[in-house]
Amino acid sequence: MTEIYGDPSEELAPPVPVLEALDITRHFGSVIANDHVSLAIMPGEIHALLGDNGAGKSTLAKIVYGSLHPDAGEIRIAGETVAMTSPAVALANGVAMLFQGFTLFEQLTVAENLALAMPSGSAPDDLAGLISEVSTGYDLALDPALPVSHLSAGQRQRVEIARAILHKPKLVILDEPTAVLTLQEQARLFAILARLAGEGCAILYLTRRPEEVGALCHRATVLRQGRVVAEVDPRQETAASLSHLMVGSEIADLRLANDDAVKGPPLLGMKELSVHGGEIVAIVGIAGNGEAELFAAISGERPVGDGGSVVIRGRACGFMGITARRRLGAAFVPDRRLGHAAIGDFDLTRNIVLTRYPENLGMVRGGVVDYEVARRIMSRVCEMFGVQKGKRDPKARTLSAGNLQKFVIGREIDRKPGVLVVHQPTAGVDATSAARIRQELLDLARGGSAVLVISQDLDEVFAIADRAAVLSRGTLSPARPIGELSRESVGLAMAGAA
Amino acid sequence: MRTIRGIGFILERRAEPSWLLALLSPLIAIALTMVTGAIVFAALGLNPLHALFVFFIAPLTTGSLERLALTAAPLVLIACGLCLCFRARVWNIGAEGQFIMGAIAGSLFPVFLTGWQSSLVTVLMLALGIIGGMAWAAIPAFLKSRFGASEILTSVLLVYVAQRLLDWLLSGPWRDPQSSGIAKSVSFAGGQLLPTFGGTLHLVVAFAVAAAVALAFLLANGMKGYEIKVSGLAPKAARFAGFSRSGLVWFTFLLSGGLSGLAGISELMTTVKQLQPVIAPSSGFTAIIVAFLGRLNPLGAMIAGLVIAVTHVGGETAGAALGISPKVSQVFQGILLLCILGCDALVHHRVALSGLPRLRLRIG
Amino acid sequence: MEHLILASIAAATPLLVAAIGELMVERAGVLNLGVEGMMVMGAVSSFGVALWTGWPLVGLLAGIVVGMLMALVFAILTQSFAASQVVAGIALTLFGLGLSGFIGASLAGHAAIGLKPIYIPFLTDIPVLGRILFGQHIVTYLSIALVAGVAWFLFNTRLGLILRGIGNNHDAADALGFDVIATRYASIVFGGACAGLAGGHLALTLSDMPQWSDNITAGRGFIALALVAFAAWWPWRLLAAAWLLGAVTIFGPEARRLGLDLPAELWAALPYLVTILVLAVMSGTGLLSRANAPASLGRPFLPGR
Repeated sequence: MTEIYGDPSEELAPPVPVLEALDITRHFGSVIANDHVSLAIMPGEIHALLGDNGAGKSTLAKIVYGSLHPDAGEIRIAGETVAMTSPAVALANGVAMLFQGFTLFEQLTVAENLALAMPSGSAPDDLAGLISEVSTGYDLALDPALPVSHLSAGQRQRVEIARAILHKPKLVILDEPTAVLTLQEQARLFAILARLAGEGCAILYLTRRPEEVGALCHRATVLRQGRVVAEVDPRQETAASLSHLMVGSEIADLRLANDDAVKGPPLLGMKELSVHGGEIVAIVGIAGNGEAELFAAISGERPVGDGGSVVIRGRACGFMGITARRRLGAAFVPDRRLGHAAIGDFDLTRNIVLTRYPENLGMVRGGVVDYEVARRIMSRVCEMFGVQKGKRDPKARTLSAGNLQKFVIGREIDRKPGVLVVHQPTAGVDATSAARIRQELLDLARGGSAVLVISQDLDEVFAIADRAAVLSRGTLSPARPIGELSRESVGLAMAGAA
Repeated sequence: MRTIRGIGFILERRAEPSWLLALLSPLIAIALTMVTGAIVFAALGLNPLHALFVFFIAPLTTGSLERLALTAAPLVLIACGLCLCFRARVWNIGAEGQFIMGAIAGSLFPVFLTGWQSSLVTVLMLALGIIGGMAWAAIPAFLKSRFGASEILTSVLLVYVAQRLLDWLLSGPWRDPQSSGIAKSVSFAGGQLLPTFGGTLHLVVAFAVAAAVALAFLLANGMKGYEIKVSGLAPKAARFAGFSRSGLVWFTFLLSGGLSGLAGISELMTTVKQLQPVIAPSSGFTAIIVAFLGRLNPLGAMIAGLVIAVTHVGGETAGAALGISPKVSQVFQGILLLCILGCDALVHHRVALSGLPRLRLRIG
Repeated sequence: MEHLILASIAAATPLLVAAIGELMVERAGVLNLGVEGMMVMGAVSSFGVALWTGWPLVGLLAGIVVGMLMALVFAILTQSFAASQVVAGIALTLFGLGLSGFIGASLAGHAAIGLKPIYIPFLTDIPVLGRILFGQHIVTYLSIALVAGVAWFLFNTRLGLILRGIGNNHDAADALGFDVIATRYASIVFGGACAGLAGGHLALTLSDMPQWSDNITAGRGFIALALVAFAAWWPWRLLAAAWLLGAVTIFGPEARRLGLDLPAELWAALPYLVTILVLAVMSGTGLLSRANAPASLGRPFLPGR
């Protein structure tokens, strides 16, 4: 691969930063996402951009990549000021980006996906050669003829990496690339990144996990609430010290975590798993392994199978819809906040009605909705869960991720449900809100309810679950007490090896 | 923020939609349509100001308000139902067919029991009209909820089927034997016509007002209205709330089909007074424009129905006074809808001027 | 037999031409429900210009240009003003029907010179196959060339790959630096040209001395939209689907000729009923699965999220 990058040791001139971002500022309405953010990255450097959810990492990355325009500030590539007006300009300047959401073309093949990344004018026959060269050179193991829709999360990411490499970039930006990877896939990714860096390519690595920074990165810039709070050598820091820099305050330890609570009767039963009152059971699985279908089946959004496939408080309800299951005392929180758990264009009061109308609260009388009843519940939920909002009754869309998540979980816990099923309780949520949510889940379980958490966040699972089961390729392993499990064994099981 | 490039301008998405512009956008659209109209009239060699006066103002001063209300009533009836459909993102664009079938079904009594003209037949004709429209709307509803077939295509294709059916009925089986070769049914009389109230206002006007008020209340405060809004804004959230999508498809189709059918038979029982191949040219399609001009709100549709009725009456007077085809009103209605769509961009976006965009199409 | 094939192909040609244009538009991820409106405007302008100049081919050209202008209105609304594609498409159809009726009112009663089928001495006179292979209308040959051209463009050129990529995932295409909006503008306008041509062909082949009749397209634009879905967005399947539907269209007149005496008005409803039926059956059996549909189809493109 040296013919692509040249040998960095041959360069004798004083090194110029590949990228300099100077005083980047960007507002979203009244929120300031980037407040005079500056950073510089040298060739061959793996530079961490560390920050909590909502700290402004993605905003900065998108500005560097030209898909978002700054209100003020300047981008320099190799010492020259560049107006990053579009991703095309960024690519032409050697900046490539891998996105959080895996921006591939599902209906096209791997080869077609890579062909689209090639600069125009390259003939298809030397493309095939180039693909196999990149694929073997970086140990990516890609089958060019497969449609992307057939690939696993790790394979998709490697297609994205190949796509970036084909641009011969001087800088690659990765936005939380390990979020959907198993431990094994993560190790493989780190090896590929180290190799790229060794060839002189700079890497800007966005993450909110301090332990990754120490293992991989040469330098780290820490962002908090849109500001740079520190620039450190991660090898001189501990995960705890980085975490402190990132969050700015100590996160309260969880009370009542993993204690030996008295097990109540089974309140939620499925074929492979039952959840008893008083405990939190976690189902761990990487996105795309059937966890969305599982949530829809348990909640009754899409009733499947026979009547006994789901049992709530002793009632077989496999055929029942979600409303009937709610009336049995179950509550559900899906993973997507806007458009699923809540409606962005509705105010919070109207969002209360979404899941609370079946109860006998006087909210619906004779087919007419009494929004005053809903408003009282809204105020109560917001107060109990510390939902911060600008107006008295704002639209759901205007709330931050953490506040909206507190609201949609609070809306269900306010019912004191016997059974609570939560999918991804803290994904995309800031650390303080996440701690608050986890505490509420623990308190609910210790109060005698059965709580089922579907999550891909191992930290979360080990922090709150009493038992855990692994979902891999649509099959669920038996649940085992959390004390008998290790991160490595769970990671292997998630990858489908066990 | 989301930005959209246009030629010479940029649209930047507002954090909150502007409620002021949401109210103003139909007015801006009407103004733009008038400007376009002036240009069109000038191009036709007419004095644009005089033509605009004849078209938009004269119907308000010279024509009777009763006539305007009577023209608007069927449009409002259909549009109210469509407001609920479109809010739920159920695309019933076949109201024209349901309108025709309502007219056909309601005509059963006058055609076969011509002599029966008691007031009971008034009620029965209206009921049959509603049932006819509902039955025709039930076909796309069934195909959508049972098979998932696109209701846009099935409902609009059924318009053409209904029109052929009407043509056939009038070409033979239902033709008035006394009419010398003209394709029309017997004339309606007595109880086969709608009574008037308060002087000259036909009962259909009361139907339209009642439907608009009732459906506006349903949408604002009813649980069904809540369901409709959720289903339209976020289908996944609707499923999460436990609302049945196919139930909603049935509800909205039957409601709007019934109202369209009622409009169809009412049109025969007031203005047309017989079944003929062209009942009221594309009322069912015009009502789509009324619904959007009224911001998909039944009360808004009531006002919009009157506006469209003005252009309709204006088109007829203009035809006589200016020597142009009365079909000019349909042109304006089309332009009006296009202008509303353009103006609605202002509700959600801020417009900023920019230079001409560079073409970044990579060709190779 | 020869007559049946000729009549089927003749009936299918406007459907095929309009549908191949819409297929390209939908492959780019845009649903234009205004095909009917563009078609009817193409028809009225083709007829008017043919009447005025006496040159039917110039009329066809006018139809193409007007179809493109109509499509441009749709493109501006949906791509630059971010209007809903469904609503803008319906609006375009209503506008087209209204305007064509208004223009047509002044054309009523006149007869234009129609398009004549091609005649090549000797070749066209070959028994049975002669007229099928060498005696069709020029637009019929063009329609087959369009299918071949679109198939080649989509699957053998880089621009075609970009277009399919945009239809599959416009956010990803934008992130790679492709101009989603410009590409969609281009394909929408291409679709308009096809619809305009289809309408023009229809208006000028009704008879040897065609007259204007209002609402001449009679829902063919919507049938063309259904055909694109029947063909699962594959150009060559579209050819087959259109010709089959063409055969259905002429079934009525033929059956009457053979003595099956249903009224003509009811036979005329057959193509619509068959389209609805096929739509229902294909949707119900999963033959018309959303998996084939371009994933971005109908979704608004809001860049910079």
